[in-house]
Amino acid sequence: MNTALRSKTGAEGTAHSGRPEIKVTPSRFRNAIGKYIVRRSKACIACGKCAEICPYGVHEFAGKTMARPKDYRCIGTACENNDFYCVRQCPQNALSVRLNPILEVLGDRRWTPELLISTWYMAETGEVPPGDIEYKIGDSGGGFDRIEFCFPPGREPDAVPDDEVSLRIPLNRRDDGRPEVEIDMPVYGGGMSYGSISLSVMVARARAYQAWNSFTCTGEGGYPEELYPYDDHVITQVATGLFGVREDTIQRVRIVELKYAQGAKPGLGGHLLGDKVTPAVAKMREAVPGSALFSPFPFHSVYSVEDHKKHVDWIKHINPRALVSVKVSTPTDVDMVAVGSYHAGANIIHLDGSYGGTGAAPDIAKKNIAMPIEYAIVKVHNFLKEEGIRDEVTLIASGGIRTAYDVAKAIALGADGVVVGTSEMVAVECIRCAACESGRGCARGIATTDPKLSRLIDEDWATQRLINLFAAWRRQLIEILRKLGMRDIRELVGRTDCLKHLDYE
Amino acid sequence: MPKKYNIPTKTSPPRFTPIGKSTILDWEGGCLRCFKCVKRQCIYDVYNERTFDVRQMTDTIDSLCKNCLRCVQSCPGQVITKVANAEYKRMGNSYWTPDIIRGQWFQAETGRIPVSGAGYGGPFSGPGFDDMWTDMSEIVRPTRDGIHGREYINTVVDLGRSFPCLRFDAAGHVVGDAPKKIEIPIPIILKDLPLGSLSESVFLAMAEAAQAMDTFMIAPVKEWKPYLEPYKTHLIPLLTEAEIDTHGELIRGVRIIEIQLSDVTEARFSRIRAAYPDVLIMVRVRLGERSGEEALALTRAGADILHLCADRDGNVESGNGTRFVKDVVRSVHKDLVEAGCRNEITLFASGGIAMAEHVAKGIIVGADAVAVDIPLLLALECRLCFRCEAGRSCPVEVENIHPEWGKNRILNLIAAWRNQLIEVLGAMGIREIRRLRGEVGRAMFFDDLERETFGKLFGKRTKRESVGN
Repeated sequence: MNTALRSKTGAEGTAHSGRPEIKVTPSRFRNAIGKYIVRRSKACIACGKCAEICPYGVHEFAGKTMARPKDYRCIGTACENNDFYCVRQCPQNALSVRLNPILEVLGDRRWTPELLISTWYMAETGEVPPGDIEYKIGDSGGGFDRIEFCFPPGREPDAVPDDEVSLRIPLNRRDDGRPEVEIDMPVYGGGMSYGSISLSVMVARARAYQAWNSFTCTGEGGYPEELYPYDDHVITQVATGLFGVREDTIQRVRIVELKYAQGAKPGLGGHLLGDKVTPAVAKMREAVPGSALFSPFPFHSVYSVEDHKKHVDWIKHINPRALVSVKVSTPTDVDMVAVGSYHAGANIIHLDGSYGGTGAAPDIAKKNIAMPIEYAIVKVHNFLKEEGIRDEVTLIASGGIRTAYDVAKAIALGADGVVVGTSEMVAVECIRCAACESGRGCARGIATTDPKLSRLIDEDWATQRLINLFAAWRRQLIEILRKLGMRDIRELVGRTDCLKHLDYE
Repeated sequence: MPKKYNIPTKTSPPRFTPIGKSTILDWEGGCLRCFKCVKRQCIYDVYNERTFDVRQMTDTIDSLCKNCLRCVQSCPGQVITKVANAEYKRMGNSYWTPDIIRGQWFQAETGRIPVSGAGYGGPFSGPGFDDMWTDMSEIVRPTRDGIHGREYINTVVDLGRSFPCLRFDAAGHVVGDAPKKIEIPIPIILKDLPLGSLSESVFLAMAEAAQAMDTFMIAPVKEWKPYLEPYKTHLIPLLTEAEIDTHGELIRGVRIIEIQLSDVTEARFSRIRAAYPDVLIMVRVRLGERSGEEALALTRAGADILHLCADRDGNVESGNGTRFVKDVVRSVHKDLVEAGCRNEITLFASGGIAMAEHVAKGIIVGADAVAVDIPLLLALECRLCFRCEAGRSCPVEVENIHPEWGKNRILNLIAAWRNQLIEVLGAMGIREIRRLRGEVGRAMFFDDLERETFGKLFGKRTKRESVGN
């Protein structure tokens, strides 16, 4: 239990002691995947010309010979017109650059190969990738992928320093005597349970969010004691199975999330396969090892907004300093659900759209049930405004937020902030093979409780990758605000006039 | 509560190595002969289980590999990579995509619902059935536990006519006999196959499956041989009007007949009904421009069931371009509702029903049930290469299947579909599939959502079609 002994400030520093440091954190694997492949033939004489000219760090010496090219840093054939194009400058013609054919089997329409590669790059370096790698949108053909910012033409980004642009958002906007809780960036972590992801990933998330003064969420699987040092940055989730929920887990945190539904499987219960219920998982969930656990749907004690209020009151009574978040998915009457939640006393209304999710879910549910988050944000934001209560709730969106640009677009459509999950997984090198449930679990040690596979992830490595990703996002968000002439992310909320949809005129 | 209906499933592996989505390229040149080769560390052990199928000239690794790319990323010699499998991409057509085909194969083998991690990777929306989402309910309406729940979700549908209202005579007795009805436990019947390397074994597999599920299979009379006699109660002979008179023996003992009518009059229905009073009459309506009027005329003339057929890709040719089966069924349903006679008749929809979600969506837009064809072939391992249509041999020898294996594969597929249907119904808070019919309020349509949200923000939508491929 080494981690449990770590001081509350943690290795990464606390909220107000400056920004967390970016440290270059390369791939765990020997061969990082990039958009281009750079090959060096035997003709190389190690003259060092390429290392000297390449500004992207593709070529380096390894002793007296040249190291294998770090081709995932290469900007590809677009470099041709540059003086420093290594392929042309090489006196031995020993270098070649081409598109990586593996792109064909990587990713999908929402997480394109280039989005995966750019997210890995940001997690390694804390910066956006150079060259022509797409890091803003995917290829889904709708929603965020067809929406763009319209920056005022001819306007130079304001020359204000990063620190004078605020990304802070308050999470308690109602005057209910409960604490003010603020986060330093408009992003926090979605629920991923102990059992669905490995402990090292869970702790790494908590450490990274602590470093950026934000939150991670336990998901429905209990509160491992390794998270105790990060209590102030953890959200306890209370979901329909009530697994691992105790008075203590509600009392130790600043936010409690009531999960009614999740976007990946709206209206469906959860199912943790027996194989994943290891003795440790079973203990945490107060269940029997090896036997499958079903989380029912819905809360069988909630069939009305009045019942729902009873739940919220119950949480508030047990922990008088906690904010209550209500996580719902996006049915056709999502706006009514949101207003009902407000009247039941929720501080945060968290909409989980249909195209997100990290764990396993039936394909039919992921694709078909409930509406995409882009619609739901607009519907709910407008309805809360009409009801005159928009300023009293914090509206959080999730389910398909992949990039910093998605974050900004969600906010411009009407959310106060967002919750992410998949992008964190990608930062720690999830490849989206979608086989989370196969065999012993994730081949990359992320979504598994298998002791051997879990060892593939080092906690410090994962923490730093997440810190780096958010550093890169933060820069992009600040840049967007600067271009719009804004100083505060809160100015962007609901500013749909800053957006255009490519399929509309 | 009725006895819990259950379709038995039994793992039934394919006879041929399936075509994998991607393929591994590994070459000897450059191999460093490492002591701890990455191939030995594969967590799915695919390199050890890999064989070469000489019959098909296929490396089995293509279908075993799960694309974690650990070997690709770890090999010190960088001698392994993966590329897309061209053969996979060639399967099917623009409607029956390779991913749809692979999904049905999985269900036919295992009887399980396809489950995967990491969210949905497909397009935002798409043409056909992909421009609508089904609803769910939380907090403000009760939901139902899906397949793992305590509540029974009923998928029974009734076939046949209903009275629009009851009439009583002077003595207070109901006038007329209640129309005959047949219940099927799932809103799915098996349709005659539009292509395929068909044989007795295939028909037998389908007939056995239809009987085992207690639903029906449509069989054209020309395929009707004595071996099908034992399954007669679960077969629907498909006849032309002329064949009705010549196949009297065949019709006796069946419960439903399907006819293709050239002209529809009440007198004709009366004549058939008089000859075969115990048989329900289903009429095949090839969907087109005037389907609404045609359906209304048939309903008024006395048909029991209408089978609305689009082409195999779900397309309907109409005067001004091609429409999709879902949209045409929706307007036929609406026409009948407006004419006040929708409840008098049963509607089947077919053509383009490719996945479990299409059953739910077809019913939402107004059908009572659907008829399924090509997915049955996929269950029998068909790759939709369309060679059979050119008179060439079937690469997976569908004609040589063992009927028992074929039956199990079809049962697996439909069992998985039914479970998915129950999940979708549960999410909507509906306990009866009969209540889903025409419930467009429990669905969300791309055009409506765009108009209500983005339309108010961004002006006029310039792109006509919904996004997708």
